[in-house]
This record gives sequence, structure tokens and C-alpha cells, in this order.
Amino acid sequence: MIFTPTPSQTVGPFLSIGLPWAGGPLAAAPDTPGAIRISGMIRDGAGAPVPDHVLETWQADADGRFADLLGFGGASTLAGFRGFARCCAEDGDGSYEIVTVKPGPVAGVRPGSMQAPHIDVSVMARGMLDRCVTRIYFADEEQANASDPLLATVPRERWATLLAHAAPGGYVFDIHLQGPSETVFFAI
Amino acid sequence: MSREARPGTGEERDAPPATGEERPIYAEVPDTPLSYERPSAGMHPPLDYPPYRSSALRHPRLPLIYLPHGITEITGPQLGPARVVGEFDSDLTRQHGGEPIGERIIVSGRVYDTDGKPLAGTLVEIWQANAAGRYRHSWDRWPAPLDPNFSGAGRCVTDSEGRYRFITIKPGPYPWGNHYNAWRPAHIHFSLLGRAFAQRLVTQMYFPGDPFQPFDPIFNSVADEAARQRMVASFRMHDTVPNWAQAYEFDLYLRGPGATPFEERH
Repeated sequence: MIFTPTPSQTVGPFLSIGLPWAGGPLAAAPDTPGAIRISGMIRDGAGAPVPDHVLETWQADADGRFADLLGFGGASTLAGFRGFARCCAEDGDGSYEIVTVKPGPVAGVRPGSMQAPHIDVSVMARGMLDRCVTRIYFADEEQANASDPLLATVPRERWATLLAHAAPGGYVFDIHLQGPSETVFFAI
Repeated sequence: MSREARPGTGEERDAPPATGEERPIYAEVPDTPLSYERPSAGMHPPLDYPPYRSSALRHPRLPLIYLPHGITEITGPQLGPARVVGEFDSDLTRQHGGEPIGERIIVSGRVYDTDGKPLAGTLVEIWQANAAGRYRHSWDRWPAPLDPNFSGAGRCVTDSEGRYRFITIKPGPYPWGNHYNAWRPAHIHFSLLGRAFAQRLVTQMYFPGDPFQPFDPIFNSVADEAARQRMVASFRMHDTVPNWAQAYEFDLYLRGPGATPFEERH
């Protein structure tokens, strides 16, 4: 590092002037075979919904390939797959919803290791001076989760906060910024 | 609470061993890092910052868990084509039928990583209040006038040298409810995607000489003085356009390459 990084500042209020667009929540085209919806609530330390937030996601496709045009493991060939979703709310009920496909496993950092299917998530809101990063794992991937190198560093009793559960049309994943069910957040 | 994983607390349990020449199987993109540097203390604001009251219930209390940068973190979307679609996306003064009221300014600069390497092709999104400090938003109760010719949002993608350029109106300061007689210094919100998920940044650009800066908890949430000054644009007489616009320069520095995953300190 030669230069000081530009610091983070809070995204809101009034984030909805600059960040939303119609296709934002679509990490995959809604008519993609196997498209799912992932939805949930974002709550604060008092359990109250956080109605003014941005949630962004980044993930691989079902083959474990990313829609990164610059490469890395071979870019995704799934038509209409962007792998990135942005869901903005600013007068809602604290809920979010994205459209995507369920990711496949991807390579781990250690050669030969694999990571369980997961989605990286950034949460930003008024009152948050920096983003909080978490991951969505899938409760129905028990075997893959059991050998995931990152989950292995998370206390077992907190795994539940990282698991999305199957629901009609997709999965549900709630986020608690603080409190007894506080979501596991990662230092990135 | 520290915002970084704390050593010795078990968070580094799965730290990969130093194994010399081995590299992950996805190590195949030239000039692209396999990991990014970790922020040091004071460079970014703490999530728990009591002077900014809204942070009280919106920060995690438990320690963050160390996330080694893997393929999900070192890749990212190249979102420009999906987001920059209009002829006047980067000229906030020409998005309506008439001219907005206020001081016309050019805000330009370059996006680098902290090694000084320009970041080409990264999406830069901005949003701001109008000249009177009023946002075009139903939640803004500040009784300053709305400007029918100003929406306050812009987008562009950096060129091959990492450059971006907006034409806009200098935003006004405005009061807010954080504490008695609280005022936000004039600012423009910036959102940058960077090259990778790990480089994502949302920040605010401030103006030089703004008298409200010393009193603003959001600005002062950044403990490191040099880092704080990174958020203040420079007035650029050379870039002004005679009889037309003032000019400010605002360079942004996203985190640069870190140690390779096998050399990371834990």
C-alpha cells in the first residue's frame, strides 16, 4: 500500500435517489430454468425492520462459474446471469427479495479444497458507516456445509444465522444486524 | 469493539498454512490480485460510533469472523453497461428541460487502487441534494425548495486511465436530527463497485473549506486524519471552464492487492 484508501461512509438516507434500477434485484433472468427467489427481513438490534437499506449479492452460477467478464475459472455461460443483485428499499417493511439461481460449489483457497454453495452479501443502511458482509449458505446442503472451510471457523451455534431455508419458489434468509439472533458478519 | 477479527479468539482457526509455491486453481487472470489488503485501524469508520446515533442498533456486537479472500471475493460484476444507459447520465444539469439553480461544478478524478494502479471500467454512481440542501425524496422534511430541473443522480464508468467526470450543481448543507443544531456539511454520495466484491466502496465527497466539517459525526467517524482528508475534494482552478463552471478534483483509492492467500497474516 502506497496510498491511504478512501474511507467508507454511510449510504443513506436518500440512497434511493442514486442506487436502485429496475433490473437491480435480478442476478439471473427470471425466466432462467431453475430461477429462485431469495427473500427475507433485515432487522436491527431492537428487532425492528430496517426499512432503509441496500442489499447486494454476488455469487457463482450452478456450475460454480462467475459472471466476471475478466475471467477466473472461466466466465459463466448461463444466459442472462449477472451473478450480482442489488435490492434497495427506502420506505418498505424491511424486506428484500432477489432473483437468482442456486449457486454450485466453488474452489476454496487451499488447493483441492471446495467451498459449499454460498452467496456473498453486503448490507448497507442509514446508521451503518461501513457495509456489513455476510454469506448465504443453504440449509439443504448439509454435506457440503459440513466440509466448508469458512463455516468451519464459525461457532456451530451460530451457523443457523447463515443458513437459507427452502420456501415456495426459493429460499428465505433473514438478517439481524444486532441482538440475540445476530447474523454472523465477516471481516473482509 | 474491533471491526476486524481478533487474533487469538479462534477466528483464525482455519488459517491456511504457508505452503510456498502452491496457488489456488483459479489463479489465472494477469494483473489481478488473489487477495486484497486488509484495512488498518482508523482508515475506515467503526460500525459502532455513538456520536452517530443511528448506528446504535445497526451494528453487530459480536466480533467479525475473518473471511479469507477466495474466488467469490476477488471476482466481481462489471456493471457499466447495465447501469450507464442515458446520454446525460453523467451530466446532472441536463436531465430536465431547464437549467438547475446553483453553482455549476465539474467533479472529476481518477479511481486507483492503493498501489496507485488506475482502475478502468469501474462503475461510479453519485447522488446528492440540490443547491439548497434538499433531496428529491419524500423523506426529506427540510423546508428548502425542490428544484424542478434537478434530480441529483448520476452514473459513469471509468475510462482506460481510471478517469471519471460529472457535471453537476454544488449541493448545499442541510440540518438533520442527530443532535441539537446538527448540520451535514455539503457532500456528494459516491458508490464504486471496483474490480472485485472485496473492493466495493460507498463513501461521500466533501468540499474544501466547509465550516460544518469539524462538527459532523459522520465525517469525523474516520479517526485517521489523512484518511479523513481523502474524502475532501480539491478545488482545481486549472479545470474550471471560463464563464461556465467551477471545478473540483476527487480521486478515489480502493484497497489494493494484499498478501497472497498463503502469506496472509492471521
